[in-house]
Amino acid sequence: MPLIPQPLPLAGGVLLDKLHAINAEYGYLPEPALRAAAEELGVPLSQIYSTASFYASFSFEPRGRHTIRVCQGTACYIRGGDRILEKLITMLGVEPGGTDDDRLFTLETVYCVGSCSMAPVVRIDGDTYGRLKAEHLPRILRKYRSLESVGEEEQGQ
Amino acid sequence: MRVHTRSDLESLGAVGLAAIYPSRLKVSVGMATCGLAAGAEAVYRTLHDEALAYGLDMTLVSTGCLGYCQVEPLVDVRMPGRGRVLYARVTPERARELIAALATGELPAEGALATIPEEGLPPLEGLPSLEELPFYAKQHKVILRNSGWIAPTKLEEYVAQGGYGGLARALELPPQAVVDEVTRSGLRGRGGGGFPTGRKWQTCRDAPGAPRYIICNGDEGDPGAYMDRTVLESDPYSVIEGMVIGGYAVGAHEGYVYVRDEYPLAVERVTQAVSRAEEVGLLGKNILGSGFDFAVRVVRGAGAFVCGEETALIASIEGGMGEPRPKPPYPALQGLWGCPTVINNVKTWASVSAILAHGADWYQAIGVEGNTGTVVFSLVGKVANTGLVEVPLGITLHEMIYEIGGGGRDGKAVKAVQTGGPSGGCLPARLFHLPIDYETLTEAGSIMGSGGMVVMDEDTCMVDVARYFLRFTMDESCGKCTPCREGTRHMYRILTRIVEGQGTPEDIVLLEQIATWVKGAALCGLGQTAPNPVLSTLRYFRDEYEAHVRERRCPAGVCRALIQLVIRSELCIGCGICKRECPVGAISGQNKKPHVIDPSLCTRCRLCHDACPEGAIEIVR
Repeated sequence: MPLIPQPLPLAGGVLLDKLHAINAEYGYLPEPALRAAAEELGVPLSQIYSTASFYASFSFEPRGRHTIRVCQGTACYIRGGDRILEKLITMLGVEPGGTDDDRLFTLETVYCVGSCSMAPVVRIDGDTYGRLKAEHLPRILRKYRSLESVGEEEQGQ
Repeated sequence: MRVHTRSDLESLGAVGLAAIYPSRLKVSVGMATCGLAAGAEAVYRTLHDEALAYGLDMTLVSTGCLGYCQVEPLVDVRMPGRGRVLYARVTPERARELIAALATGELPAEGALATIPEEGLPPLEGLPSLEELPFYAKQHKVILRNSGWIAPTKLEEYVAQGGYGGLARALELPPQAVVDEVTRSGLRGRGGGGFPTGRKWQTCRDAPGAPRYIICNGDEGDPGAYMDRTVLESDPYSVIEGMVIGGYAVGAHEGYVYVRDEYPLAVERVTQAVSRAEEVGLLGKNILGSGFDFAVRVVRGAGAFVCGEETALIASIEGGMGEPRPKPPYPALQGLWGCPTVINNVKTWASVSAILAHGADWYQAIGVEGNTGTVVFSLVGKVANTGLVEVPLGITLHEMIYEIGGGGRDGKAVKAVQTGGPSGGCLPARLFHLPIDYETLTEAGSIMGSGGMVVMDEDTCMVDVARYFLRFTMDESCGKCTPCREGTRHMYRILTRIVEGQGTPEDIVLLEQIATWVKGAALCGLGQTAPNPVLSTLRYFRDEYEAHVRERRCPAGVCRALIQLVIRSELCIGCGICKRECPVGAISGQNKKPHVIDPSLCTRCRLCHDACPEGAIEIVR
């Protein structure tokens, strides 16, 4: 028996599930929610922090309403994905990881969303846009901006 | 209904058969992530609305991926008595016309790619059959056997295609015989390592300790690869069935499917499939009346490439950071929570269910000695036909790239092919006669890997590609061991110097040294293989490195510090598109007059070059 009682190991995947659930609710991981999770699961907050800070899917900072993920996978890269990213950086005025001033868009890069045959690809929230050209971007972003007022959605190209 | 016996399976299959081959018109739309990215959702909606407007008696279904991503969105129209046709690159407008034609009982010729041969359906004049298309002619589908042909989460349809026949057979054999069957099939790990699957299972089966676990590695992180995503999205039961067979063989009662976070649709489909299998009793207690219990849980990753490494993946399931640990001990002896664990790739599990259904002899007859069976590649990059390709092991790179892939894009010459993602290497065109198998690719300086195959042409700079991969491994290195953490960073710095025109010949020597050290000293597979892109490009494309450091020239015209962009006034029509696209305002010119680029402002991003409708912007190397 160890002198200091050890917490029981969690069942497989439970902590990741919990973090995903918090992330889905708030769009990021707010500290109070993590403290509550530590309490609920019976694991130290330090373990939760260590896990949460390891993975790219989680952020401790609030994000914009829409997350733009520019694919930088190999196929996208050699077919101009870096230039798509560059265009978005100028359009939004933020670097990857940043959120624009009106908190509408967070710009991120991702190493491969697995739609390589459609390269270059950008994913905005749940929608994947393939065979992209930089000149398509203004029209696509406009859709999300107008979404805020109209509340209607269109997918694909 | 609950499925207890083989005859229950047969009744379920009969229901599925009626759904796959209905007596009325059926239209299927490929709606895996690729299809969706190409606009399949809008096509599906149009087909639905128009069919309703015409009052058409039609079944509309969403299926998975047929693999020919280049010509997505794909729509499969099956008209009993008339024929079955696959339509390519369908747009909402084309979908509208299609329904109008179908309403008059016609199968229109426009946009038709091929006929899909089916017993009892007449062939159509003037259209090739699907398997005659160069893209499909050399393919042999085992892992992707159902992909695109069935509604992915409809258990009935999976069973109708012979699904769960493998498990039913396995459960009638003693567990050791199941291990023997897999061993005899010659199946090797399709995640890239190529370790004999049967031997791994045997080690786990013989290992002391309980409980035992089964894991499906669906953390497909290699950029440029999406085979596992497609299998999970298009045919999730084939993987789940394989895992139950594995559990029975090694004596495990619990399994985990770990899917990367970037694949939300795969997570959704496999989760649905698990619930459905539980509902009918194909997961849970006393499966098929055998007394064997098995449960599966889906774990969604959280964006860490290193978790594709098996010990890191295990740490991630346990709830910690996804850091690898030294091997041995291998997971087959000490895996999840220190217990014996079989961890195999998605494609391996999908192969297992087929092997048990058809037998080891059948599987062994595919491929070549020592490299049996089939392997799936995602053929992407600068190749005419992109898509998922499943071939018997042993076919040559040339057959793959030129016969199936149709050669380079826009008539450009193919220079190299990259296999194995960041752990693999770049092979030059002069080695395309080599057969695709585990040993040959390794000897040539690349690896089989999990199946990414990225084609590169004359416009791809191999130094830039090496830097791209080192940037990737540097970002994704978990930081636990120094050779990987620091070594990738150093290699990245040197490569950056070279592409920026600041490199020296000594840099190339240093790069080669560091690469060799990291390969020998890193803790896990990620670090040990991280230098491969550098070593293989140095081996085959040293001239490109030399051009960068000695002549300050990028032969492919990619590296920004070494190129200039110039508008050729004799070609420029003054349309102003380049001016609009330029992110830094470096282009000026009046409407309908030749434009010019100010080299002092130009960042050489080449957006103008990509956008110019006249090809008037030249890259000066």
